[in-house]
Amino acid sequence: MFARHRAVILKLCSALLVFGAWEIAGRIPVSFAFPTFIESLAAFWALIVDGTMFTAYVETLRPLVVGVLISAFLGIGIGLWTGLSRAFDWLVSPIFVVMQTAPLAALIPLLVMVYGIGLTSKVFVVCIMAMPVIVLNTAGAVRNTPAALIEMGNAFLGTRRDIILKIILPSASPIIFAGLRLGVSAGFIGAILAELKITPTGVGDIISYSRSIADYPSMYAAIASIIVLAVLFLNLLERLEGFLFMGTRKTLVSD
Amino acid sequence: MDTTITENAVAVRNVYKNYGDVEALRDLSLDFPKGQLTSLLGPSGCGKTTLLKIIAGLLPADSGEVLVNGKPVTGPGPDRAFVFQDFALMPWASTIRNVAFGLELRGVAKSEREAVAEKYIAAVGLTGFENSYPHELSGGMRQRVGLARALSVNAEVLLMDEPFSAVDEQTRRKFQEDLLGLVQNENKTFLFVTHSIEEAVYVSNQVAILLPRPSRVSEIIRPRGFRNKDVDSIRRDPEYLDLVDKIWASLKSYVE
Ligand SMILES: Nc1ncnc2c1ncn2[C@@H]1O[C@H](COP(=O)(O)OP(=O)(O)O)[C@@H](O)[C@H]1O
Ligand SMILES: [Mg+2]
Repeated sequence: MFARHRAVILKLCSALLVFGAWEIAGRIPVSFAFPTFIESLAAFWALIVDGTMFTAYVETLRPLVVGVLISAFLGIGIGLWTGLSRAFDWLVSPIFVVMQTAPLAALIPLLVMVYGIGLTSKVFVVCIMAMPVIVLNTAGAVRNTPAALIEMGNAFLGTRRDIILKIILPSASPIIFAGLRLGVSAGFIGAILAELKITPTGVGDIISYSRSIADYPSMYAAIASIIVLAVLFLNLLERLEGFLFMGTRKTLVSD
Repeated sequence: MDTTITENAVAVRNVYKNYGDVEALRDLSLDFPKGQLTSLLGPSGCGKTTLLKIIAGLLPADSGEVLVNGKPVTGPGPDRAFVFQDFALMPWASTIRNVAFGLELRGVAKSEREAVAEKYIAAVGLTGFENSYPHELSGGMRQRVGLARALSVNAEVLLMDEPFSAVDEQTRRKFQEDLLGLVQNENKTFLFVTHSIEEAVYVSNQVAILLPRPSRVSEIIRPRGFRNKDVDSIRRDPEYLDLVDKIWASLKSYVE
């Protein structure tokens, strides 16, 4: 009984530990601007009841979803190509390495100047955050496909297309998915960052507005909600991966 | 004296191969008669894998040529199938998919290729493991998956790179007997790499002894008397024992 639900029980314990520490820290208090967990939960409930949270998420999810989708498809595509072609690698990799290390906050004013304060700029911020790790992971995984397997594919008369689809992609998929997870987490950060730095909309608006009126419980409720959403989404992604590559994952653990 | 004129399934003519500064093969020529098993015997690093891969069309020779049924090799072809030393199984694919993979790449329909794979899985003694993944199999079983995959595509020439190196001694002897059966029944040409003198003499119609780098053929030995004898008595045959001794004597000088 315990064994079967162990993962769930331990995860709940972990959540309890975090929320307990939060509650205690809020009661000491660590800072007058740090609410207790219960206060934040109440504020969260109030934001849900009056519909604020809902409209905020509709606003926030738009650049997030668009940006993450673009990053995933384009990122895996570019990563694949980068991993397969030396020349393309030299051309493209530096761009993504720079993107990954560039101080995003400094780039935002530039983006706003070019693309304005609308959806486009925010999608860009999400992509800048999410894409590099997806591209670089995919490229690395593709390059690390065991040479023996590619040779086997050639020996048994596989076409280039066969070898990419049936050998390189399945072999690279665990690392591609790891990159996807990291990219999605970074995308969440990017979406909030965009709302804080470009125009306060959605969840970013709740955060900056409640801070300006010193409604700290609401501010923390908004911050915590985005973290919870990110965790839920990552869990979902992990399930998708488990579903898609049932045999593979076991193998990589033991080999 | 061999009076029958045996056709060559594979002919290697004056092949040279360098890896950068490393001279792997120098002016190597060798014939592989049709329907027979030829062993390439030589110490590790002497270029056996290199030669096999050049014949497979996986590696280009620097100069010289390889003929398969009289036609020059320019790349991999349906007339040759490879058994890899390190198995080269796809870890994400079950036994049956791995075995059927050669046919999958040739565009054979799923039900058809799985029927063929099933037959060869049974032939190598892996019935019941169709849905196991490579990590669930022992080294010897993985090797058999690689062998079944090569047999499934029904190529005339089988290129086997130390196929028995990953198995224990008992299994190895069993495999060697099975191989003798395959040579008799399958009417294929076998190119068999090994560094075991006993194994080479036991299974071969012809043993080509390669010298250490740069590799050339130093000697070709054709066991005659015991080839048609019962598999169990071969190891006690005087000719078998003589040949093992003779080969050891000629290789000894290269082993420090
Ligand atoms: N890809 C490679 N690059 C450089 N040297 C190689 C490569 N493959 C093999 N060699 C060298 O060529 C020689 C022959 O190798 P190989 O054909 O694998 O020998 P064998 O199979 O007889 O053990 C060895 O000295 C090895 O180090
Ligand atoms: Mg070798």
